[in-house]
Amino acid sequence: MGMDLMTLRSTRRSVLMGMAACAAAGTAQAQRGWEPMRPVQFIVPAGTGGGADQMARVIQGIISKHGLMKQPMVVVNKAGGAGAEGFLEAKGARGNPHMLVITLSNLFTTPLATGVPFNWKDLTPVTMMALDEFALWVKADSPWRSVPEFIAAAKEQKLKLGGTGSKQEDQIIASAISRATGAPLTYIPFRGGGEVAVQLVGGHVDATVNNPIEAVTHWRSGALRPLCVFDGKRLPDTGKMTETMAWSDIPTCREQGLDVDYLMLRGIFMPAGVKPEQVAFYEGLMARVRETPEWKELMQQGAFNTTTLTGEAFRDWLTREEDRHRSIMQETGLLAPQ
Amino acid sequence: MEELGLLMQGFSVALQPGNMLLMLVGVVLGVLIGVLPGLGGANGIAILLPLTFAMPPVSAVIMLSCIYWGALFGGAITSILFNIPGEPWSVATTFDGYPMAQQGRAGEALTAAFTSSFIGAFVAVVLITFVAPVIAGFALRFGPPEFFAVMFLSFACFVGMSRGSPLKTIAAMMLGFLLAAVGMDTVTGQLRMTFGSEEMIRGFDFLVAVIGLFGISEILCSIEDGLRFKGQRAKIDLKVVLRTWAEMPRHAFLAARSALIGCWMGITPAGATPASFMSYGVARRMAKDPNEFGRGRIEGVIAPETAAHAAGTSALLPMLTLGVPGSPTAAVLLGGLIMWGLQPGPMLFVEQKDFVWGLIASMYLGNIAGLLVVLVAVPWFAAILRVPFPIIAALILTVCAIGAYTVSNAEFDIVLMLVFGIVGYVMKKLDYPLAPLVLALVLGDRTEEAFRQSLLLSEGNLGIFFHNWLSGGIMALGVTLLLWPALTWLRGVLAGSFGRARAA
Amino acid sequence: MSSTTLDIAAPIRGAQGVTRGAAEVATSLTLAMVGAAAIWDSLRLGIGWGAEGPQSGTFPFWIGLLLAGASLANLVPVMRGKNAGAEAMFVTWPQLRLVLSVLVPTIVYVAAIPLTGIYAASATLVAYFMMRLGEFTWRSAIPAGVATAVVAFATFEIWFLVGLPKGPVEDLLGF
Repeated sequence: MGMDLMTLRSTRRSVLMGMAACAAAGTAQAQRGWEPMRPVQFIVPAGTGGGADQMARVIQGIISKHGLMKQPMVVVNKAGGAGAEGFLEAKGARGNPHMLVITLSNLFTTPLATGVPFNWKDLTPVTMMALDEFALWVKADSPWRSVPEFIAAAKEQKLKLGGTGSKQEDQIIASAISRATGAPLTYIPFRGGGEVAVQLVGGHVDATVNNPIEAVTHWRSGALRPLCVFDGKRLPDTGKMTETMAWSDIPTCREQGLDVDYLMLRGIFMPAGVKPEQVAFYEGLMARVRETPEWKELMQQGAFNTTTLTGEAFRDWLTREEDRHRSIMQETGLLAPQ
Repeated sequence: MEELGLLMQGFSVALQPGNMLLMLVGVVLGVLIGVLPGLGGANGIAILLPLTFAMPPVSAVIMLSCIYWGALFGGAITSILFNIPGEPWSVATTFDGYPMAQQGRAGEALTAAFTSSFIGAFVAVVLITFVAPVIAGFALRFGPPEFFAVMFLSFACFVGMSRGSPLKTIAAMMLGFLLAAVGMDTVTGQLRMTFGSEEMIRGFDFLVAVIGLFGISEILCSIEDGLRFKGQRAKIDLKVVLRTWAEMPRHAFLAARSALIGCWMGITPAGATPASFMSYGVARRMAKDPNEFGRGRIEGVIAPETAAHAAGTSALLPMLTLGVPGSPTAAVLLGGLIMWGLQPGPMLFVEQKDFVWGLIASMYLGNIAGLLVVLVAVPWFAAILRVPFPIIAALILTVCAIGAYTVSNAEFDIVLMLVFGIVGYVMKKLDYPLAPLVLALVLGDRTEEAFRQSLLLSEGNLGIFFHNWLSGGIMALGVTLLLWPALTWLRGVLAGSFGRARAA
Repeated sequence: MSSTTLDIAAPIRGAQGVTRGAAEVATSLTLAMVGAAAIWDSLRLGIGWGAEGPQSGTFPFWIGLLLAGASLANLVPVMRGKNAGAEAMFVTWPQLRLVLSVLVPTIVYVAAIPLTGIYAASATLVAYFMMRLGEFTWRSAIPAGVATAVVAFATFEIWFLVGLPKGPVEDLLGF
């Protein structure tokens, strides 16, 4: 599963502005404007069953259940080459208003890591739907109860950290931890977030940076323990997840002296060269999706960061994040050889 | 017993008329999805998932899991009739199923396939019902070295199976490994052997290759002898079902062994495809006349089908108890659980008893419904063979093209399918065995991945594959199987010299 | 080609065609080249031990080596002429004609899909096969072709919501 990276401090204000802009766009569209004339293709640059795929299908389900769009929406998985296939398809569909792409961090990482000729600027950003959180997980019966203990252990013996995919969000976080603390970590790539969590429960790796939704059930069953979340502030949900802890009881990594934060983008894009009224339609559509109870339930279940952005604010965010990914990947040697 | 009480409660949920109807709809849709190559269980369920959004979770999962059962049944149909595996796990079914159809025994092969599928699933469901928690714990022991050991064992069961030249077998298998490696390397994220082509980034999908190698090449081979398929004249009615059933008890031991292999592979979770190959390989090795396999032996249909269905069913167990999908279809169902507001994993059995036991009860009922639906349809399926060749050939080509396209929505895959068809035609005529190629293609990248993950964990020490009794034991079994021909030969030599020494 | 190709279908003993030996040599050389290509690309990626364990090229390198080796070894008996079946026919010309009568239209069909979409191409393929290879008249062939396309369209585009390649015809109809 994916995640996105960002520094939240500076974006708090633009988030609010973005949300206001979004709501305004929603009402404007509701009055009149462009509407799709044929089925809308929804490209998922990841395999079936992963986080992005789930979200795309939830959106598809919500739209058809609430009748938010007259034309049907068709989800198409294009997972090849860590999503490169899907992005290249969207890049080639210039001016097609009947195509959407849902993205995760591979929007940045795939072109940087593989050298595939693609950049997010080849697409039209529509809206940020949410940001996915990350936490540092260890086994509940491991001796490490806090981040400093974990880091100290990692400096003594090389610990193994399992994650999803190669040169993607999980490995970036792992590298960033090593860079921030000097503790070497061996990164072991697996195929999916669920598999990673089970490898940790089974004791085959020492730690993971799973998304909350991937590890929550093992936390609640008492097999795993979260050490910190990679967000600028604690998670908002105060409902008890285990007998003693709620999401909001997990400290941030920065509180624990580990200066790393990362959130993963769940955003919607269109091909380049589409008209403003077409972008406005989908902005409005997605705003209405986010108001449904099904969407809110998904956000709460996965402990998502419900920040949304559109327009300029979203573009600024993307520009910043791309730079940040490039610099982290450069420093940690994950960039494709030129 | 607590389980029985809960199961009865589950039956009362599953037997509600609305749910029964959904079950039937699901099975029929599933058979259809399984028959169309490319549109497999995973895709089919993903497509229908949003429709279930408005249903209560139990009903939704009953319908979707019935689609899954239907797809498992359906995969065998095209394998037997046209040598086109509708699903990866029905490849092994083509080895003997298609020759049977050519001999005019299509009805027998279909009945055997469906019945053994049912038996496999039934064994797996009983296992899930009574020992779920124990098994879930077992799955946790599987890290990369254990996973590699299982893959190694699958290969070991299969190597030495083909009759032809060993050099050609090696060449075919290596070609399979190479094709599997094209595209993105999952361990380092680098692109391999794409030679700068954007179309190659995707790699070679197993189904595209198999549709070409088996399906298209079969059409090309069969027209050499005139524009027709063999076996089309066979008369088939429902009596064939009863006749085949009368024969089935003789293979009870085979079915039991295959079901166990399947359950084990589903839980580990290696999945239905290696299970079907492994079971076929073991059946052939254990047979008195292994050379008859591949020429239309009913055992060659029973073994892979039982194992595939047992694995497909038990693959749902790690999904429910751990949140790890044992198959691509289970991965999509997993997404469904999350969408319906359920959290797969250890807490599901504790907190959502109604849901879990409703699902388990529907596994029993769905499989019975599935078996009835497909058995009644056996004569119809077999009657397809009587459609004139020009029509059926064009339809097969169309369905194959659609199937190749839907695997990853790429037009280039249709071209690849045709290329694989020509390659398959040439290789078949020159006696290159296709089975090792396909096995390497389907398991190659996961095997390589597990091998490299293990070496990463051990920092290059090959001893990791023998680091505990589990992976060490499986590896030892694999090595023994691999060396078996050499061992029997050695025994023969020793016995011979001993005999001579005594005579002297 | 007429629709009476059926009567030349029986393989004729001693007929002219491609010999098995020639096909063996061609196949082995092709496979050896595939192996060589794999080795070449693997050397680019590195075949040693890197920061991420065995480098990406390690596995394909050895596989490529084995493939090339096995293929070349396969050539030896053929070259020495020791292969008993080398003079046998791989495919006779009449057989090849039959194979091509299906293969060529199929190649055209696959090539046409990006231009016309899969539905129009499939309809044409079905109708063509019925008229050319079977003894059907256009009266039954054309409706059968159209029916195939319509059933496929209804199943995939409307029922399962799976988008397949579409062309100008579907564009005109507004899909």
